[in-house]
Amino acid sequence: MTILLYLVPAALGLGLLALAAFMWSLRSGQYDDLDGAAHRILNDDDVRVD
Amino acid sequence: MKIAADYSTYLRPESKDHFNLEWAVEGISSADAIAEIESALVSIPGLLRARLNFTTRRLTTEWTEADCDPSPAIRTLERLGYRVAPFVGDSEESEEDRYTRWLLRCLAVSGFAAVNVMLLSVSVWAGNVTDITPETRDLFHWLSALIALPAAGFSGQPFFYKALRALRQGDMTMDVPISIGITLALGMSVYETAHHAEHAYFDSALMLIFFLLSGRVLDHAMRKKTRSAAANLAALRIPVASKINADGHVSDVPSDALSAGDLIHIAAGSRIAADGIIETGQSQIDSSLVTGETELTAVKPGDLVYAGTFNHHGALTIRVVAAGSRTLLADIGKLIDEALTNRSRYVQLADRIARIYAPIVHIAAALTAMMWIALGTSVHDALIIAIAVLIITCPCALALAAPVVQVITSGALFRKGLLIRAGDMIERMAEIDTIIFDKTGTLTLPEPSLIDASQLSDKAMLMAGRLALSSHHPLARAVSEAVREKQKRLEPYPDAQEITGSGIQCVIDGVEARLGSPSFCNVTAPVWKENVSYLAFRFGSEAGLISVGQSLRADAADTINKLKAKGYQIMILSGDHSDIVRKVANDLSISDWRGHVLPKEKRDLLVAMKDQGRKVLMVGDGLNDAPALAAATASLSPATGADVTQAAADAIFTGKRLSPVFDMLMLTRKGRRVMIENFGLALIYNLIAVPLAVLGFVTPLIAAAAMSGSSIIVALNALRARHAETFKS
Repeated sequence: MTILLYLVPAALGLGLLALAAFMWSLRSGQYDDLDGAAHRILNDDDVRVD
Repeated sequence: MKIAADYSTYLRPESKDHFNLEWAVEGISSADAIAEIESALVSIPGLLRARLNFTTRRLTTEWTEADCDPSPAIRTLERLGYRVAPFVGDSEESEEDRYTRWLLRCLAVSGFAAVNVMLLSVSVWAGNVTDITPETRDLFHWLSALIALPAAGFSGQPFFYKALRALRQGDMTMDVPISIGITLALGMSVYETAHHAEHAYFDSALMLIFFLLSGRVLDHAMRKKTRSAAANLAALRIPVASKINADGHVSDVPSDALSAGDLIHIAAGSRIAADGIIETGQSQIDSSLVTGETELTAVKPGDLVYAGTFNHHGALTIRVVAAGSRTLLADIGKLIDEALTNRSRYVQLADRIARIYAPIVHIAAALTAMMWIALGTSVHDALIIAIAVLIITCPCALALAAPVVQVITSGALFRKGLLIRAGDMIERMAEIDTIIFDKTGTLTLPEPSLIDASQLSDKAMLMAGRLALSSHHPLARAVSEAVREKQKRLEPYPDAQEITGSGIQCVIDGVEARLGSPSFCNVTAPVWKENVSYLAFRFGSEAGLISVGQSLRADAADTINKLKAKGYQIMILSGDHSDIVRKVANDLSISDWRGHVLPKEKRDLLVAMKDQGRKVLMVGDGLNDAPALAAATASLSPATGADVTQAAADAIFTGKRLSPVFDMLMLTRKGRRVMIENFGLALIYNLIAVPLAVLGFVTPLIAAAAMSGSSIIVALNALRARHAETFKS
């Protein structure tokens, strides 16, 4: 069962990484405008037609 | 006279060359607005960046200088058809925002922990029926404890704090049994793990926290949405005052920034921004928003005029009087305070159930322990079973039962144009049996609207409508609104000119067109009639009268009939003259009405009805209605109502229709019914689970399945609250 020594920390580490990513996204205001974000992705004004 | 707007009071410095200005935006109908607004503002000088928050309908603009001039930006937005007003977030809102973020953090932590502990628990459950070694099981249990204890300690805080506060006040809420359940589950699991036992409840405790937090996060998200919509409405209504400075030039300032002794200019056709004494000018004042009276009163220099009243005819100069001596507002404020303290604190359904539920389950657990000891089991095993009873009765579904329905119902109400201010109003609103309406601004439209324009051809009316766009006078607005109902896209004439006090003129195809007072258009003025104002339109030789006045909301009669059909008692209490009230009551076939009622009488009548055991809903918009709104069982105010009135109301309805009143009652009734069903479902779950726990059959696996199952059933059932019999247009 020595495999558990790698697998358990790996599983927990990945989970913690996701948690940290969520905390970061929350702090940087990504949940402040959920309705707007859904529409902004369809907006391609930044693509210049030259 | 040049008028410059002063926005310095709204500017928030972020750094030395970075200033933020936030706006509430009205008129956003689709997501196209994001690109339209942001790209239109790119070329404004001094504007660094503009970003529209589509959820809250607010625009954040960043400026490079403190003395920036946002007026080109405002003009650009107005040309696009949006109305904007500077917005300052209040402390209550930012406090709520911080709390919501904290709840989200707690939710994320409990979610992470619940998933990982569940992974370990499933391995143990599978191992228990196959070949797990006791050492591996202990390792998994200790790992679970390592994750669960700090995670529960962090994410359980919202419940622990509330439970402590309730206990300190000698009160009982759902948070108390929840906190006890979580603590016992964790404590017992650690003890069992230390003694190499087979069962631990770490996963149950974390899942419980996760489910309950999801309910609370949703609740807060919904509340945030309605709150920000209400705050935007308020910001858009903050009156701007034209202050006459010592050197004679005039600047636009928010009326909050005025102080006693300031001199302000009030143009004809605008609302008076502050209480004051008239220095120069004569006019007629419409005080319907303050007293409910629709008859105009003549005023002259030396007279006192109140904020919120409407200046009809002539320009006035007013000396602002001290805020403290706002006699009228101060009186009304005192009445509201009295009414609010008299309103007995309503105990929510969930708390009423908690008061009975918590003692019952704790006694049941104690009896279980005693029973097993009496039957000869060891004290340790008896205690384990008793604790299992407490874990399984930890009121997860019960605590979710009301909040999830509140979320669904307030969402449904929001889509119907109703903004609710307090979650518990759903329960109060559902009990209503009597409805009292104010007349002016509630049954009738708050702004004058078009009554008759049959003297003019459709083509002439279209021209009149386009001309009217160039004026902010309410009579002109009534004309443009009426035309806009037929012709969606209406553009103003670029060279139309407004002549203050007379009307608007413009040359169209070489012919002069005029819209304004009958004399301005050279049309014979008609005989004066109560409650009706006349405008005239002339285009070359074609001319005619347009009558504008107070009219009932278009669906008022329908709504009243539907309410009557549902068995509600209906009454009108108005501050207006009895003759006018009688006419409205006849039109709507309401037999129970009273005119000329003073604010205090309104409140006293309402309190008397409540004393008879009636549950009264008050619907009103005026300052004179505010004390009655505060005294009523539940209250509703149109979005055009006075600020003080909206603050005293439980909910606000937007738009020109009266049907939201009906929708609100139907949806809250349905919401309350679903809530009671949910409590029933949660109790049925307990009736099944508790005997199993008492008999000692409950393992962590059964606890996890039963608890999450019941929570999901309750949440799914809550979705039914979305649909109720609402008004079909």
